[in-house]
Amino acid sequence: MSEGAGAGKRLDHRLPERFVPTIDHDLCRACQRCVKDCSYQALEFRGSRVVPAGGCVACGRCIAVCPANCIEVRPVPPQFAPHGNWSERARRAILAQASSGGVLLSSCGADDDRPAIFDDLLLDAAQVTNPSIDPLREPVETVTYLGRRPGRLEVQDGRVVVREGDTPLIRLDMPLMFGHISLGSISYNAQKALFMAAKELNIVAGSGEGGLHPDLYEYADRICSEVASGRFGIKPEYLKEVAAVEIKIGQGAKPGHGGHLPGEKVTAMISETRMIPLGTDALSPYPHHDVYSIEDLAQLISVLKEATEYRTPVGVKIAAVHNVGAIASGVVRAGADFLTVDGFKGGTGAAPRVIRDHAGLPIEVAISAVDQRLVREGLRNRVTVCAGGGVRSSADMIKALALGADVVMVSTAALIAMGCRVCQQCHRGLCSWGIATQRDDLVARLDPYIASARVVHLFHAWNEELKEVLGAMGIDSVESLVGNRDRLRYRGPNPKIAEVMGVKHIGEGWG
Amino acid sequence: MTGESYVATRPPGWQGQLGGCGIASCISLDGRTIPGDSIARMLTIMEERENGLGAGYACYGLFPERKDQYCLQLFFDDEEGKRSAEELMAGRLDIVHDEKVFIRRNSTVTPPYPIVWRFFANVPERREWRGALDLSEEDYMVELVQYINASVPKAFCVSSGKDMAVFKGNGYSYEIADLYDIGRYSGTLWLSHSRFPTNSPAWWAGAHPLSLLDWGVCHNGEITSYGVNRKLVEMNGYRCTVLTDTEVVVYLWDLLVRRHRLPVEVAAFAMAPSPYAEIALLPPAERRLAEWVRIAYREAFLNGPFSIIVGRSQPEISLIALADRKKLRPMIAGVSPDGGLAYCASEESAIRIVEPEARTWAPGAGNPFIAAVGKGVLRKGTEPSFQGVRL
Repeated sequence: MSEGAGAGKRLDHRLPERFVPTIDHDLCRACQRCVKDCSYQALEFRGSRVVPAGGCVACGRCIAVCPANCIEVRPVPPQFAPHGNWSERARRAILAQASSGGVLLSSCGADDDRPAIFDDLLLDAAQVTNPSIDPLREPVETVTYLGRRPGRLEVQDGRVVVREGDTPLIRLDMPLMFGHISLGSISYNAQKALFMAAKELNIVAGSGEGGLHPDLYEYADRICSEVASGRFGIKPEYLKEVAAVEIKIGQGAKPGHGGHLPGEKVTAMISETRMIPLGTDALSPYPHHDVYSIEDLAQLISVLKEATEYRTPVGVKIAAVHNVGAIASGVVRAGADFLTVDGFKGGTGAAPRVIRDHAGLPIEVAISAVDQRLVREGLRNRVTVCAGGGVRSSADMIKALALGADVVMVSTAALIAMGCRVCQQCHRGLCSWGIATQRDDLVARLDPYIASARVVHLFHAWNEELKEVLGAMGIDSVESLVGNRDRLRYRGPNPKIAEVMGVKHIGEGWG
Repeated sequence: MTGESYVATRPPGWQGQLGGCGIASCISLDGRTIPGDSIARMLTIMEERENGLGAGYACYGLFPERKDQYCLQLFFDDEEGKRSAEELMAGRLDIVHDEKVFIRRNSTVTPPYPIVWRFFANVPERREWRGALDLSEEDYMVELVQYINASVPKAFCVSSGKDMAVFKGNGYSYEIADLYDIGRYSGTLWLSHSRFPTNSPAWWAGAHPLSLLDWGVCHNGEITSYGVNRKLVEMNGYRCTVLTDTEVVVYLWDLLVRRHRLPVEVAAFAMAPSPYAEIALLPPAERRLAEWVRIAYREAFLNGPFSIIVGRSQPEISLIALADRKKLRPMIAGVSPDGGLAYCASEESAIRIVEPEARTWAPGAGNPFIAAVGKGVLRKGTEPSFQGVRL
């Protein structure tokens, strides 16, 4: 890039702070634990006091470690002259780009305040004409199978013949899976915690595209291994042992984009696991360069099934884009055993902000579009549909199921359970919680056993809440909720959305 | 009874119906015929289960002289509906005989009354339907009947099976029995149903039994998984025209048993499966079958409270009774002291009124009762899952 007359001169402006850690000096014991723990160096010890040093991102680490409970992180009031159109956000973006000349990177999901459609959906409950069910007294089932289903059973000579598909089905004890978060974007301890939780919960966890560290092979039977365009670290040793294999075509946070692991995070361990040079940016190509069409995808699916000797289901993950229904249909016809749809608000460890915030389709609409399309084409009972991207609560999960997902993919919420405060600095590799970082001293802060236990707690709680809602609806097994849009009503601002999703408006009954 | 009433035409804004019901059935195990009065007594004794917004009867073994011909029984709003349907059927069915179905001129049932007509027909050799040349006889009939119900104005085909017919309408059970003079018919299997819907208007064609081909279904309950079940039948080409959960139940039986050729016990298990925790306790071969039935026919799982009685005439006249897997709706079975007749009903009173000395029992949750004319009770509904199924 040419910098013209400005070449060699310092271009960046000093901008107002966004957050400021505030110390109550009456309570502070000057132990400096906060200074030591702040990986963003936003606090310093000057003279006899801890004072803010600028650059606070509100990760909340100082609050958590302060023994005197004397720190508050306060958002700085607006420092820009008010303007209805030129928001502070818009002006900060311009100022940052004018300084750097580059594409703005960010992490976590789209962070603007466009409301989630989930919040515009209300659940049904049983009254009089059917009894609700108390999950504490009667069984309410949440077992879910992942993989290709036969659609029907054959009968020969009066005998029912169970002819399984060419790949097996994977049993999950709850309709949840951890999304794909690579080793690299998160630390070894964080990924280990997810895998441990998946094993304990009897669900699966996505590997992300970073390959699989040899020490984590023991969790292989609960891992869904991602085959992304960079093919980083893919080895037959573990590919044949994993629960499932998933071809990543796209990611909700950055549809049309490849992966991006900043070089700062490519340590010796990452370099070995991914089989890439130390300290270089790991940029996976935008498309798979052997998949330029649906027939290429069919070939890759076949190749992976051959390579894994048909021991695991092979799925395909796509970002939710405007034509997602037709694409999903093509993917199923190409032989995918399961399909994962990742929505607009899905998370990421690093993505160009312009794509994260402006490209894609909300997951709520994408799920119902895929479900309706697969029903219309008679394919829905052959394939498992996984969906995620912005699922924040059990309520979101339940609504995603009712809209048509078999399995709900959750990533950010699991990281929050470990300690993440969603400060959106993952791409900097300085995560003070030891999650989205590769710095040994930071990684050591995350105890994988504790982190795993917290994630297990969260998912157990969500699954219990799912059972409560199913029981209230008079449904005693989760498969009877999947795609049962009759049990949802829309109460948002735009009834057209409800129509597109095949959901009735509030006030519309059926009797 | 006041309020709007519709016959063949679907009421405007109709989105389905729900509510409680009474169901009763009686099957001849030894081949004797059962008079219509008998089933009417069974049904009407359960008057607390109805509110006058729909009742109906289905009789099997009704046309021994014409048992190899399809009997299409249709409701017409008026002569125009009849003409349209006849025009449609003319080139597509070999109609060998047709007649008016008797309806009393004076009844306490709220008018309007439909014209009810009966057509006996053979399916022609050349079976084209919108380009599909290789339809089986039954699939061709399904297409034709569903086309009439979806697209021919003022006409609705209420039954289309061999050796059976459905008599139903908008009124109390005794009113409908009286309207059709149900006592003039006798057969070897009767199904009956009275409704307690929580909605109106009432729609004659929407009353039970709902029927397609020789399948007849009377249903008490509310399927909480309707949206899921509907997807499966629609994926398999059925068109939902009545928009009730019961209609979907009819199509599921047709899909699973006639088209997929599953044994009745296996189809019943698909609709009311055991929990996985119980499946895990089955012997290996049964466990594998049970798991795969659940997985493959996940969308056929009828969730929520129901009890249903199901009749069919092909390959033999038989009765199936099934309650949901938690048995949230009642179902009682009985056999006459001489062993010649079997009964299934919502209440024991329905059986005792016609057979005071009957031996009765309660079929289990999700456990089908099966009986066939001339063969006896094949399954009481108390046996282990899959007993008698070849593995």
